[in-house]
Amino acid sequence: MEKIKSLADLKKIREAQLEGIHLRKKGEDPEKLVQVKVAMATCGIASGAKDTMEFLADALEKRGIESVVTQTGCMGYCYAEPTIEVTLPGKEPVVFGKVNVAKADEIIEKYIKGGELVDGIIPVNYETIDSKE
Amino acid sequence: MSKYSMHLLVCGGTGCKSSESDILLERLKKELSKQGLEDTVQVIMTGCFGFCEKGPIVKVMPDNTFYTQVQPDDAEEIVEEHVIKGRRVERLLYQDPASKGHVEDSKKMGFYKKQLRIALRNCGFINPESIDEYIARDGYMALGKVLSEMKPEEVISMMKKSGLRGRGGAGFPVGLKWEFARNNKSDKKYVVCNADEGDPGAFMDRSILEGDPHSVLEAMAVIGYCIGSDEGYIYIRAEYPLAIQRLKIAIKQAEEYGLLGNDILGTGFNFKIGLKYGAGAFVCGEETALIHSMEGSRGEPTLKPPFPAESGYLGKPTNVNNVETLANVPAIIMKGSKWFSSIGTEKSKGTKVFALAGKINNVGLIEVPMGTTLREVIFEIGGGIKDGKKFKAVQTGGPSGGCLTEKHLDTPIDYENLIANGSMMGSGGMIVMDEDDCMVSIARFYLDFTVEESCGKCAPCRIGNKRLYELLDRICQGKGELEDLDRLRNLGEVIKDTSLCGLGQSSPNPVLSTLDNFMDEYRSHVVDKKCTSGVCKDLLEYFILEEQCVGCTACARACPVGAISGERKEPHVVNPAICIKCGACMEKCKFDAVILK
Repeated sequence: MEKIKSLADLKKIREAQLEGIHLRKKGEDPEKLVQVKVAMATCGIASGAKDTMEFLADALEKRGIESVVTQTGCMGYCYAEPTIEVTLPGKEPVVFGKVNVAKADEIIEKYIKGGELVDGIIPVNYETIDSKE
Repeated sequence: MSKYSMHLLVCGGTGCKSSESDILLERLKKELSKQGLEDTVQVIMTGCFGFCEKGPIVKVMPDNTFYTQVQPDDAEEIVEEHVIKGRRVERLLYQDPASKGHVEDSKKMGFYKKQLRIALRNCGFINPESIDEYIARDGYMALGKVLSEMKPEEVISMMKKSGLRGRGGAGFPVGLKWEFARNNKSDKKYVVCNADEGDPGAFMDRSILEGDPHSVLEAMAVIGYCIGSDEGYIYIRAEYPLAIQRLKIAIKQAEEYGLLGNDILGTGFNFKIGLKYGAGAFVCGEETALIHSMEGSRGEPTLKPPFPAESGYLGKPTNVNNVETLANVPAIIMKGSKWFSSIGTEKSKGTKVFALAGKINNVGLIEVPMGTTLREVIFEIGGGIKDGKKFKAVQTGGPSGGCLTEKHLDTPIDYENLIANGSMMGSGGMIVMDEDDCMVSIARFYLDFTVEESCGKCAPCRIGNKRLYELLDRICQGKGELEDLDRLRNLGEVIKDTSLCGLGQSSPNPVLSTLDNFMDEYRSHVVDKKCTSGVCKDLLEYFILEEQCVGCTACARACPVGAISGERKEPHVVNPAICIKCGACMEKCKFDAVILK
């Protein structure tokens, strides 16, 4: 290991190491971040959810948007896979269907950045046990 | 994907490790590589999450899922269900005792809601064996800031303003202690970390050393700079092998990075840290005894003054601070004294770590702001009393502390309030008792501990505590007299007033505080010869319930001394004069007819 010779060096190492724990730090406080859930059940993966997820995780970071991208199970909209659920801070979750890489790009640019709704929203028309509480 | 999109944090504290969390960690890694996910999901061993009741703990980030009591065999299911399919493994989630529902997110657990973690900030978050993760959490930044931007006097004044007080028990202002050590001129000075955690039931120091060892090293180097010392020692009991191992790794990493050693960060400041092992004697937590033990002498305390700040290790000025105190230091330097002093009560600033144990639902390690009430700690964070029983008392401060009762539940916890109510902060052990605990035997239990741990140097502690114990033992055996209660109080007060060190000065506290709060229980032992909680065996008698007994003769045949008589198919009777209270009859009875009362 190279010796750290100054406070500036130490800061450099900190910056380089931040990424390693960034994911955990984000998880501590997800309400303040953009949360994206990608449905990664068999049907989702078969329709390309994996590519969508990789793209989302990558693009959000590259574009400097503080976000948490996680996977979830089948949301039940198998006809519209891949589906993703986006929760902007302080807003209700919105589900988008048929999200390929191009659509994901559009969602980031329009909805996540500007709050502007785009085509492909699946209205959530059921209640969950959580929402009834 | 080249980078990790998910982190699995597995607790590597002593508690979870003894429940096979290390095997679990290997299994998780194996399952992940079987699925080709070793580059997507990172498995990290961390320090203690504090929720030891339900260990081993696995926390999944970034979705904050908190799995409890995870066995090695669960690894496959976690990987297949949660990691691959994104479905939480319901059965491993924490179950809320009140609503019986599963809690997915650790932040929604009552156990974590009221906590504020400063000393434990990195425990359960970083890998304690990785200095890089510590640096990523602003590690060694406080040292860097102090060395390059602050004068020692400024750091000391910052500590004074923050209001940080020693977390080992006595609550002495930390800044003042450093100032004393700084003002004593000498060619050599020492910084000592007191990691001789001895209170039964307290394990916060061990958890900090296991979960975040670098924070302690960093703080020691800061003190070295402040008081003008280039050498520090951690006095740790050999009974903490995992903490020792992690400390060794941490010291080695810090040396390799040049954060310990010569010319630290190019500032010309030198500081090295070594380890000294203790044999696990309770009295060695007392700083003079600790220093004697470090020197290779008997671990016996000496009169203060001279204080260690004047003449300590090898006769040189020495600053001794406890582990938890040190873990607070880097946070205060980074965030400022104002931030720290805004937390807590008027005279007790910041937070305190408590080890919850006894008859409480959520046994574990918690950190709360000073001024939190006992009710919040026991009933909200601790989840209340086990099996829905009734709360009776809580013992704080270990063998040096006292018992607090129902009427103290709404008292805000700080140094002053605990002392005003006949107990003390101590190192932060909290042992909760329910209706089935006998307070006289609890007092006897603690006295048994102090008698064992007294070093024997001064007469009040050596002889006095022994006599206190004998009095209590007599009472528990039903041989006590009413005068014994006065004798207990008088003797207890004499021991407190005349002992040489903190051990004897506080050892009668469990007796005195139970006398204050549970006089009726002592009286019923002495006058009625009854133990209402059913603990003191000598005061109980085996008794056969006439209406339950079918006369099967099983008990009479089991009785080794022939104390049970009765005709076949007629209720039997125990003769208390012959009964030796072995309990064989109770075990044999299939009709629950034998009871103790």
